[in-house]
Formats: sequence, structure tokens, C-alpha cells
Amino acid sequence: MKIAILLKQVPVKDAMLELNDSGNWIEEDDVQFEINDSDHYGLAEALNIAKENEGEVTVVTMGPDRVKDSIKQALAKGAHRAIHIDDEEVSSSDPLTCAKIIAAAIKDENFDLILSGLQSDDLGFGQTGVLVAEILGMPHATLVVETEILDGKIKVKRELEGGWFQNVELPLPAMLSIQSGLTDIPYATIKGIMMAKKKPVAEVEADDLGVELDGGAFKLEKIYTPVKSKETTVFEGDADTIVAQLIDKLKNEAKVL
Amino acid sequence: MSQGILVIIEHTDAKVNRISLEALTGAQKLGAEMGQSVFAAVLADDCSAMTGELSSKKLDKIYALSNPLLADYTPDGYTIALQQLIEKTDPAVVIVGYSYQARDYAAKLALRCGGAMMSDCIAIQADSGNITLTRQVFAGKFNADYSFSGDGCCFISLQAAAYNADELEAGTAAVEGFAVNLDSREIRTTVLESFEGTKKDVDLAASDIIVAIGRGLKEEENLEIAEALASAMGADIGASRPVCDDGWVGADRQVGSSGQTVSPKLYLSLGISGAIQHVVGMKSSKYIVAINKDPHAPIFDIADVAVVGDLFEIVPKLTEAVKAAK
Ligand SMILES: Cc1cc2nc3c(=O)[nH]c(=O)nc-3n(C[C@H](O)[C@H](O)[C@H](O)COP(=O)(O)OP(=O)(O)OC[C@H]3O[C@@H](n4cnc5c(N)ncnc54)[C@H](O)[C@@H]3O)c2cc1C
Ligand SMILES: Nc1ncnc2c1ncn2[C@@H]1O[C@H](COP(=O)(O)O)[C@@H](O)[C@H]1O
Repeated sequence: MKIAILLKQVPVKDAMLELNDSGNWIEEDDVQFEINDSDHYGLAEALNIAKENEGEVTVVTMGPDRVKDSIKQALAKGAHRAIHIDDEEVSSSDPLTCAKIIAAAIKDENFDLILSGLQSDDLGFGQTGVLVAEILGMPHATLVVETEILDGKIKVKRELEGGWFQNVELPLPAMLSIQSGLTDIPYATIKGIMMAKKKPVAEVEADDLGVELDGGAFKLEKIYTPVKSKETTVFEGDADTIVAQLIDKLKNEAKVL
Repeated sequence: MSQGILVIIEHTDAKVNRISLEALTGAQKLGAEMGQSVFAAVLADDCSAMTGELSSKKLDKIYALSNPLLADYTPDGYTIALQQLIEKTDPAVVIVGYSYQARDYAAKLALRCGGAMMSDCIAIQADSGNITLTRQVFAGKFNADYSFSGDGCCFISLQAAAYNADELEAGTAAVEGFAVNLDSREIRTTVLESFEGTKKDVDLAASDIIVAIGRGLKEEENLEIAEALASAMGADIGASRPVCDDGWVGADRQVGSSGQTVSPKLYLSLGISGAIQHVVGMKSSKYIVAINKDPHAPIFDIADVAVVGDLFEIVPKLTEAVKAAK
């Protein structure tokens, strides 16, 4: 069984992000990057399915050179090989352009299963996986929290709203976007890190895939700090002073002490 | 030329979901700015309850797509049916509420129709026909403005509460049936059973004080820091989703769109960033104190008191001070 996991690299969760001078992206220079949160769950599920079904897991990542670190990490956790789609401009592309590039890069692989995270923590379109499925003509399910391979099909448990869940079945090949929480995230072992060095990483240039790169329907014009809608008292600096001020608020405004 | 704004209606138990009423409100406002009419589409095996409910709203038309194959939502069923309606009516803009259902099919529908979608928008502006969409990026730390310049239809999904459903204008709307050409073999998903998740042991909705923990707590061992504060204050522990996913606390303590909705007298959050899915579950708390080391953390936008600092330094001192004050 051939399984792909679409894996995106995003700024680390507690990075102190600042806007760049042109106000159309963040200042990336001092920022560290890591694997997107829900993609960890997608990778874990891909590895589980592969283990039980004699599968091979391919990591598919689009982004500039820095994403190689995340690819290495995923290979160290047990993925078998990787496709790196080199694209310096990926950060500002619209979701459809991203999906077209990814689909073009993997269409000849004929994966039985394509997994993605539910949503990226930087742009958060929540649509890349679904679009890749549609371009490749595959059925899909989103918000997946459990999977079970059956004969020629896959049964998945989907999260619904209000604490409900739903089981559905899809014929293979299929695409799933994975919601967090379904399984334990694997750690990279020392052995895994050693083995990762020998695993194949195919390099693909986004420009060579025949996808129109700047003809997207949406253009990111600017990013900015949102205007606050609420009056907020800000405390910062010395911890003892903060605590004294906070106790006063808890007593006199929140009235809980 | 493409004309009009189509809103796709979502419903539960034969009632229109609030997020769809919000989408209609957004569509009415955009329609007024663009000088375009607004129409709605309902999909079900029997649409009458929903079309009846909407017929007293100010809408140009409501299309009822009644078909037994639309009784259960499936991405294929909805996409095929709506593609037929969209090709026939040729709207300039399609709007949906960003529900779990919309997450599942809306992007696929947009592509099928030769359009493109911008998801999770919080505002739409139309300036002499040009559409600008605002949405949150970097988990709410910043807002982004996107301009639309596509040739096809502009699909927009709206974040919950982006528009206020109470401002939906009343009027009359004609209902028109739209016959859908759908074959069960085209629907690749087989819908099996639905069921409720595990029952909750704690009811945070009844809590007066909640100390809520997020991933900023770093490790499960650090839970004691929060528990000491909670016990000093007589508070219950709440948590963000990742903390529950990692099993530090039970899933019944999760606050947010896929957890509980709470409104205590005091919500004191420790190391929670304030992603929209968390905020929707706690923003109606009477008093919100947030401790976070990142001055851009979006939780501060809705906090009464924003404490910019290291929780590991502040919380133990706060616990002692609370004990002393009691
Ligand atoms: C469909 C869907 C449904 C979801 N449902 C929910 C839901 O119901 N509830 C929910 O909570 N989330 C939900 N999420 C996830 C949500 O989008 C966020 O990912 C999540 O809320 C982030 O949790 P967090 O704030 O604890 O972690 P992070 O975003 O990692 O934030 C950690 C914060 O801690 C701060 N921090 C770090 N160290 C310190 C320190 N020493 N002192 C002070 N501050 C520190 C950081 O600055 C950061 O702001 C959902 C997501 C999706 C896509
Ligand atoms: N540049 C990328 N490279 C690889 N996978 C991606 C990329 N962008 C998005 N994805 C995948 O698509 C999912 C949803 O992303 P998004 O549509 O941006 O919310 C992510 O969780 C990834 O699994």
C-alpha cells in the first residue's frame, strides 16, 4: 500500500512573530520552523496504517530549503522516502495554486492513500488536502480521527460538531485530512535518525510542473496586527508587581477573592 | 455576466443553523454594497421546513434541492447537486458558514465550478466591485487581507460570528424547486452510523472560576503549578485542545468549538494562545485574565487583563498571594 503524507513546515508554536517591512509576511530571519501540528497526527496515522498493511510512507513537502529539516525528522520517525517540492514563494501562494503544484508533483505516484493535516497553523486554509483529492479525482474525508483499512476500502471515524462523531466508508484510493488527537505521536529514535540519512529524497522544482504560479484567484495584499475590540489592562515587567496588581483586580473587578 | 450572491444553507433537525443565518447576513450586507441580489439554496430529502423558515427573510429566492440522496450529507452528493445549481444560476459570489460540513466540501465545490475559495473569513468588503476578504493567519496573531482577481466565481466561507444573525433583514422570499440530477453510484462515500462521544464527568459550564491551561505549560509534570493555583482559588481546571489530545487532562475539560462552552465569573488562562476555536468556547466569560509571554498572543484581544510574562515565574507567586489574600 502506497501512502503519502502531505507535510507542511510552519513557524514553531511559540515563536515571537513580527511583521516584515513590507507588511505582506512575517520576518522569517530569526524564526525557527517545525512540522505543522495536525500533520504530526497525519504522519503518525500513515505510519500505523503502513505497519499493518505492508505499506510505504512517502512524505510530500513543498517549501524552501529549510523544509529539509522537517523532512529529515519525518524520515527519522519512520517514513520511507520523501518528495521535496522546492518553492521559495509558497508562503504567499493561494490555496488552489499550492494544491495544484502538490497534485502535479505526485500524480504519477498513484498513491492508494493520501493523508494531510486538517489545517496549517500559519495560513490555515483547511483546504489543501481536499483540493489535491479533487484534482486527482479521489474521494476524501476530513476531520478524521480514526481509520481502519478494509478490503479495497477504508472506514474512518470523523469528528462532527457538538461532540458527535460519524463513521463513513470510502473506496480506495482516497484522501483523508486528519484532526489532532487520534493517536500518539511517534518520537524519532537514534536508530531512526541514523537510518533517515540513507532514505531517498526526490527533489522537484515547482517551476517545472507546468502549473501557473502567479495566476491565483486570491492575492495576499497585507498582513497586520488586528485592532482590539475590548479594553484590556496590560501588566508586564516585574513578577511581584504584576501579582500585586492582579490580586487587586481579582478582588475588586472580578470579585472572586 | 455572473450575477448575485448564493448562500448555501446548513441545517440540523430541520432547522437552519445559526452559522448559515450569519452567512445570509453577510451576504445581505455584501449584496447591498455590490448592488446584487441574494439567494439561498437548501439541500435535503425534504427542504420544506428550512425553506419555510427562510421565506420570511429578505432574499431574492430560495432554491429547494430536494432529493432522497441528499438526506445524508456526503461531499459528492452536495458537490454534484450544487454544481448543477451554480451552473444554472451563475452567481458571482457563493458564501457558506465555515462549519465542519463546509470544511469538508466547499473547496471541492469551488474547484468543480471553476472558481476558488477563501476560507474562514471574518470580513468581506466590496469596493467598486472589487472584493477584499479579511481572515486570521498565524493562529490569530495577525489578520490578512486578500483581494480576489479570479475569472470564476468567488467562494467565501465565513468564520462563526463574523456577522451577527440578529441583523438578518426580514422580508419575503419566493421558494423554487430545483430538480437535481443525481445517481447513487456517483456518491462514493457510504455514510454509516453517527454517535455521541464519551459522556462528560465535569461540567465546566457550571464552574464559577476556571483556571485554563494550554501548551505553554510545556510538560504534564507542570500541571501541579496550575493545580496549586486552582485549588487556592477554588477553581476547576479547563484546557485547550492540545493539552487534552496529549492526555494531560481528560477530554471533558476541553474548552472551545469542539469542547465545552463556558462563562465563569473568572477565566484565568495560562499559556493559551487564543486560537479562534478556543476563544469561541470562553469569550463570554465575565472576566478574563490571560497570562502569556507573547505580547501578540490573540488571547489578549479578548482579555480584561493581559499579563505579558512567563507563567512559570508568575503563577507560583500568584498562588501564594491568593492564599494570603483569602
Ligand atoms: C476544527 C478544529 C477544532 C478545534 N477545537 C478546539 C477546541 O475546542 N479547543 C481548543 O482549545 N482548541 C481547538 N482547536 C485547536 C486550536 O486551533 C489551537 O491549535 C489550540 O487552541 C492551541 O492550543 P494552545 O493555545 O494551548 O497552544 P499553542 O497555540 O501552542 O499556544 C501556547 C501558548 O503558550 C504561550 N507560552 C509558552 N510558554 C509560555 C510561558 N512560559 N509563559 C507564558 N506563556 C507561554 C505561547 O506564547 C503560546 O501563545 C481546534 C482546531 C480545529 C482546526
Ligand atoms: N506547502 C505544503 N507542503 C505540504 N503539505 C502542505 C503544504 N501546505 C499545506 N499542506 C497540507 O495541507 C494541510 C492543510 O493545509 P491548509 O490548507 O494550508 O490549512 C496541511 O496540514 C498539510 O498536510
